[in-house]
Amino acid sequence: MSLLHDLIFDYTLRNVALGAMLLGIVSGVLGSFAVLRRQGLLGDTLSHAALPGICVAFMLTNSRSPIILLIGAGIAGWLGTMLLLRVVRDTKLTEDTTLGVILSVFFGVGILLLTYIQQQNNANQAGLDRYLFGQAASLVARNVVTFAILGALALAIVVACYKEFKLLSFDPLFAASIGLPTRGLDILLTSLLVVAVMIGLQTVGVVLMAAMVIGPGAAARQWTNHLHIMLVLAACFGAVAGVSGAVISVQASRLPTGPMIVLALTIIVLISILFAPTHGLVPDRVRRRRQRRNLHANGLPAVAPEAQG
Amino acid sequence: MNLTLSRPSPPVIRDETAAVTVHDLTVAYRDAPVLWDVDLTIPTGTLTAVIGPNGAGKSTMLKAILGLVPVAAGTVEIFGHTSAKQRQLVGYVPQRGSVDWNFPTSALDVVTMGTYGQLGWFRRPGKAEHERAMHSLEQVGMADFAHRQISQLSGGQQQRVFLARALVQDAELYFMDEPFVGVDAQTERAIVTLLQTLRSQGKTVICVHHDLESAPEYFDWLVLLNVRKIASGPFREIFTADNLAKTYGGNTNLLKLREHEATAQ
Repeated sequence: MSLLHDLIFDYTLRNVALGAMLLGIVSGVLGSFAVLRRQGLLGDTLSHAALPGICVAFMLTNSRSPIILLIGAGIAGWLGTMLLLRVVRDTKLTEDTTLGVILSVFFGVGILLLTYIQQQNNANQAGLDRYLFGQAASLVARNVVTFAILGALALAIVVACYKEFKLLSFDPLFAASIGLPTRGLDILLTSLLVVAVMIGLQTVGVVLMAAMVIGPGAAARQWTNHLHIMLVLAACFGAVAGVSGAVISVQASRLPTGPMIVLALTIIVLISILFAPTHGLVPDRVRRRRQRRNLHANGLPAVAPEAQG
Repeated sequence: MNLTLSRPSPPVIRDETAAVTVHDLTVAYRDAPVLWDVDLTIPTGTLTAVIGPNGAGKSTMLKAILGLVPVAAGTVEIFGHTSAKQRQLVGYVPQRGSVDWNFPTSALDVVTMGTYGQLGWFRRPGKAEHERAMHSLEQVGMADFAHRQISQLSGGQQQRVFLARALVQDAELYFMDEPFVGVDAQTERAIVTLLQTLRSQGKTVICVHHDLESAPEYFDWLVLLNVRKIASGPFREIFTADNLAKTYGGNTNLLKLREHEATAQ
């Protein structure tokens, strides 16, 4: 019971666990759409593209306030995404190529700026590099409240536009044919993913954020054939991974939180891929073996004589 | 069941207006023209086949009429108005291969998407919408599969789900992109019956079609397309060897050449 006690009364653990849970829920829901639209790499590109935004925000304001830095991250991530959508539409480059190019260019510029800032002997800069791998312990209550507001807004929009997002994800052509503004919806859905990434940068960092976007949705897809259930499951998986990763890292060891969360998520994904009843590999293997045994026991079904030639 | 009552905008007078009027339509992807200067009138109440070789711009023409691809030049009218104004009168069956059939959803759910246009923003489909979707599934003989995950359906069954989704739109004008491609005999019969039902209700259907052999049986109006419009009009008048040769140009020559070679040997 001491764990529950600590979760409620330990200031750091409470903030870290709450922050990680919020991140898991929001990125789980929005990441599910990215997974279904075959944009799994979008989260990766987005979060890497956020790094130069963090640096520029710091250089302009000389402030390390997470809110200011995350606004910078959000703007840069959003710009990167708009650039991506633009390049895919107007050039012959395919989406995966463009994702890769934008990811590395923005991340390269980000590292360049980060190194430059660190060489400036500015006492204030210490800790800016925590955004690379995240440092959940630096979360304070004010951050968590901001995340909660941002996340609630994003989820409210998903609930309101659920049917539109669903149709956009399944059949964008048909969506356009009934008059839905598919480009606007596309930008909206991607912008909401930017919000999820903003929530995650301080906790898991630029490099590991992609796992939080893809993992919950990929795991949830294994258990259900219904979109709304998939979204709820992804939120739960994200939350469980976030809280358990946070608890393990804060309580048990000096292990960093971001990687612990991603590890917890990996275990959930593995279990889902292996054991989910309808799509899991193990139940599938068992079903096939049973079929084969039945076939051997009962013999081959009779074949019509003319079919034997 | 009178479905027309639920439609927000009243249907436009049919008999005197052409279903589709296209003027000087040109569509280009980057530099290459896909459609060049197409003029076209499709009368109300016809079953129209759009026929032409691969890359002739058949799908693109449907999409351009629907306003789904940017148009380089030209105008399109549906029952006398822009397509943006007439969305409630239009039903669309995209190519089956254009979506991911592993998407987590059921057949009934996909058909219900046909009601989204009438529902408008934020409103959820309810009991009435699901009943209409179920009714459409019955019309294409798919009621038993309503709750199947769509990846567990055969190609023909998936095609019938798409048709049911268009039916539930309760449109006056239907655009169907290759509905007959890769379907089983049962589905083919279901589509043909459906086309005839729609015609008997005075609806207009425009189909991209591949199979020259079955076309005369199914359709009464024909558009021959190969980037430019080669010919259009009543099926029997237009479906001539001469017009087909013009449409399929190089390919027919190739066929003749092979015939010559075969006889020479």
